[in-house]
Amino acid sequence: MPSGPVAGAGTPPVPDATELELTAQELRDLDPESILDTSFHRGRATLIAEPTRIKTVIEHLFGKGYASIASLHGVDYYPDEPRLGVLYELLDMKRVDRISVKARVHTEAPVIPSIVDLYPGANFPEREVFDMFGVRFEGHPDMRRILMPEDYEGFPQRRDFPTGGEPVLFTYNEEQTYGKWQ
Amino acid sequence: MSSLTEDFRRREESITLSSEPAGQGETHELLTLNIGPHHPATHGVLRLLATLEGEIVRDVKPIIGYVHTGIEKTAEDKSYWKVIPVVERMDYVSYYFNAMAFCGAVETLLGVEVPPRAQYLRVIHLELNRIMSHLVWLGTSALDIGAISMLWYCFREKEAILDLFEMSSGQRMHTRYFQVGGVIEDIPRGFEAKLRAFLKEMPRRADQYAALLERNEIVLERLRGTGIVDQETMLKLGVTGPLLRATGNPWDLRKAQPYSSYDHFDFRIPVGTVGDNYDRYRVRHAEFYESVKIIEQAIDGLPEGPFITPDRKVSLPPRHELATSMEALIHHFKLVTEGFRVPPGEAYYPVEGPRGELGCFVRADGSAKPARVHMSDPSFVNLQAFHYMVKDGYIADLIASLAMLDPILGGIDR
Amino acid sequence: MEIKREPIARNVNTDDLRVRQLRARDMLQGDLDGEDLDQYVQERVLTTTVDKAVAWAQGNSIYPLTFGLACCAIEMITVVAARADIARFGWEALRASPRQADLIILSGRVSIKMAPVIRRLYDQMLEPKWAISMGACCSSMGVFNNYALVPADKFMPISVHVPGCPPRPEALLHGILRLRDKIQGNAPEGWRERYEAVGTEELLPSSPAGSADINIFSRTTPARPGLARPDAERAGGRSGDTAGA
Repeated sequence: MPSGPVAGAGTPPVPDATELELTAQELRDLDPESILDTSFHRGRATLIAEPTRIKTVIEHLFGKGYASIASLHGVDYYPDEPRLGVLYELLDMKRVDRISVKARVHTEAPVIPSIVDLYPGANFPEREVFDMFGVRFEGHPDMRRILMPEDYEGFPQRRDFPTGGEPVLFTYNEEQTYGKWQ
Repeated sequence: MSSLTEDFRRREESITLSSEPAGQGETHELLTLNIGPHHPATHGVLRLLATLEGEIVRDVKPIIGYVHTGIEKTAEDKSYWKVIPVVERMDYVSYYFNAMAFCGAVETLLGVEVPPRAQYLRVIHLELNRIMSHLVWLGTSALDIGAISMLWYCFREKEAILDLFEMSSGQRMHTRYFQVGGVIEDIPRGFEAKLRAFLKEMPRRADQYAALLERNEIVLERLRGTGIVDQETMLKLGVTGPLLRATGNPWDLRKAQPYSSYDHFDFRIPVGTVGDNYDRYRVRHAEFYESVKIIEQAIDGLPEGPFITPDRKVSLPPRHELATSMEALIHHFKLVTEGFRVPPGEAYYPVEGPRGELGCFVRADGSAKPARVHMSDPSFVNLQAFHYMVKDGYIADLIASLAMLDPILGGIDR
Repeated sequence: MEIKREPIARNVNTDDLRVRQLRARDMLQGDLDGEDLDQYVQERVLTTTVDKAVAWAQGNSIYPLTFGLACCAIEMITVVAARADIARFGWEALRASPRQADLIILSGRVSIKMAPVIRRLYDQMLEPKWAISMGACCSSMGVFNNYALVPADKFMPISVHVPGCPPRPEALLHGILRLRDKIQGNAPEGWRERYEAVGTEELLPSSPAGSADINIFSRTTPARPGLARPDAERAGGRSGDTAGA
């Protein structure tokens, strides 16, 4: 079990590949369809989970000690399907360990269970994923837009949403504005 | 004369102020008060919908998004080294930390080694930025509480730090100093002397700030015992940084998962006991001294060597080589026009910012532009703790708690 | 060489001078009042128009609104702080309420959620009011030209744009002094006058009718069809507005 600062300045300590496989096996024993795949790349351990079973996975990891959620964000894997991914970066402060869980959903049915009851700190990040990607979290107490205006249409951070932009304008008649100009 | 004063005193005593404590069962009408987004005390454009019962806050709902800039979307259109200035403008007081998190993530994906001199230079600039961020916090928070003159004193030190930044990189803010693989340029010749002069001054000035604020009755009354949140709530919310350390948990990424040679330095982590606003103030104030210690050790032990990785596929070759080497010219051309390509993968790189854990998630798809950049900002997570900090407290304590929370709206809204 | 002798004052004789001296003494002692005082003041004290004096005073005592949006706000606070100090120009009274402020310094990026709020603040300010757009983001979209930002000129008139990302405190001071000069009537020559670029054409965003308006810059034609001529009176006039410098 790795612990403490690991050699190689800069890489966060994570369960190494074998321990990742053990965790994945434990989860598959619990619920055979929950883990689709595992990935260990550049020192980062990722469990690829089935979106409908995400609560089982997260609860099990919570029980194992990953009691803190460092980040919850969405990724758009356009053009790979399923397109919208939700990533959970979990942190175990006692053993100084991190693990990531990834769940991918399609654009046609972008629903995933919410983990707010386990990690109250996931409230705002889940709202942000909804605002930017359109993924609805079931069981979230307050599912509405957080960064864009309430009546905005569209999900800006999807890859097929244009970056947008405005032409540059300058006031050319500032002497006719409300100030006093001599 | 004495009968007049007796009269007056008698009248005063006969007034019964309606000072019933507002308990849970009290039926006062609830008032919804909108604070912000334009308000002198909201540290940026934060809008708070406070539900008040008398003067006691029963609920507060933060509404954010007023400075949402679509930084993460803009970053997907730019090559990796062009993302650095875009991402720096996110948490606009601690810009080196944003750049560090992003560069760290890209370096993990590329697998490049950062040379030790660059790591030490990064540490120096990061800790200077931490001191600067805490100075801005202290100045503006004291302004909110009413100690208005602190703003001028703190900004005097901040000017000294910005002069140092201008010396090393040419810009006061948003300096683009950190690049993927190291730093953009070595420190110039007067930098060390000026830095040492600053380091000698800074602890004395920090003592002066403490002397000015800590024995002031009003500051103590407003900060002691207000905004208490216990450690379990903070941990469940995922709060990190000085807010968590004020409750007694010494979680600091510089010690727990050291990056960029932080394990070479000897420093302590200030930790509070009760978790009230006064502890948060004290933790941040103590971090002044610790950061000064780190910088001193870094500048004393600054190793020789290159200041950016020698891998020419990632970093620009030095200009004198362009006149002699054809390869250098080609590398320069490719890097400037297209940028380096990063093999596909995903990385999450956390650093310890002045407000907590700042993590950068980068997804690369093999091209010269990142496919997704997400900065997980500490202020965004810490804002969820605000509700617990102000519940059942007075509205004046809401202002003090907001000051001690140290939100930076650029990071919250991105 | 001939020496010409001429009396000092051409159309008064010395008796009149004596009278004036006595009246000055009376005024200083507070003994002049009524018509005498008015006449005295008219003759002596005001050598310039009231408007110009008012403009001089206004330019030297602007109350900026405390309005910081993003990174430029940190540099704006630096301008208020000690090293680059706007108190030496008399502008240190930053006001939190828009009703009491003259100048709004838009410091930072204007997002679409914030634009109506800023417009409301600007509407709440009382005339005369000015606006400085500080930094690249609100002047011209800056580093981020994307779906989330709005250039400030789209929804409110801006008097001075200060470029920079963020502008140095000295740059902001330059913009502030430029605005003060404009208010006081000593506007330095703009580039159009300096280079005699009369007759330059500027394409404006198309009017709702579908035709592109062209702004031909010249002193005699109106800036846009439909807008009053620059040197004509406006209905409900803002008195004191004169033709552009």
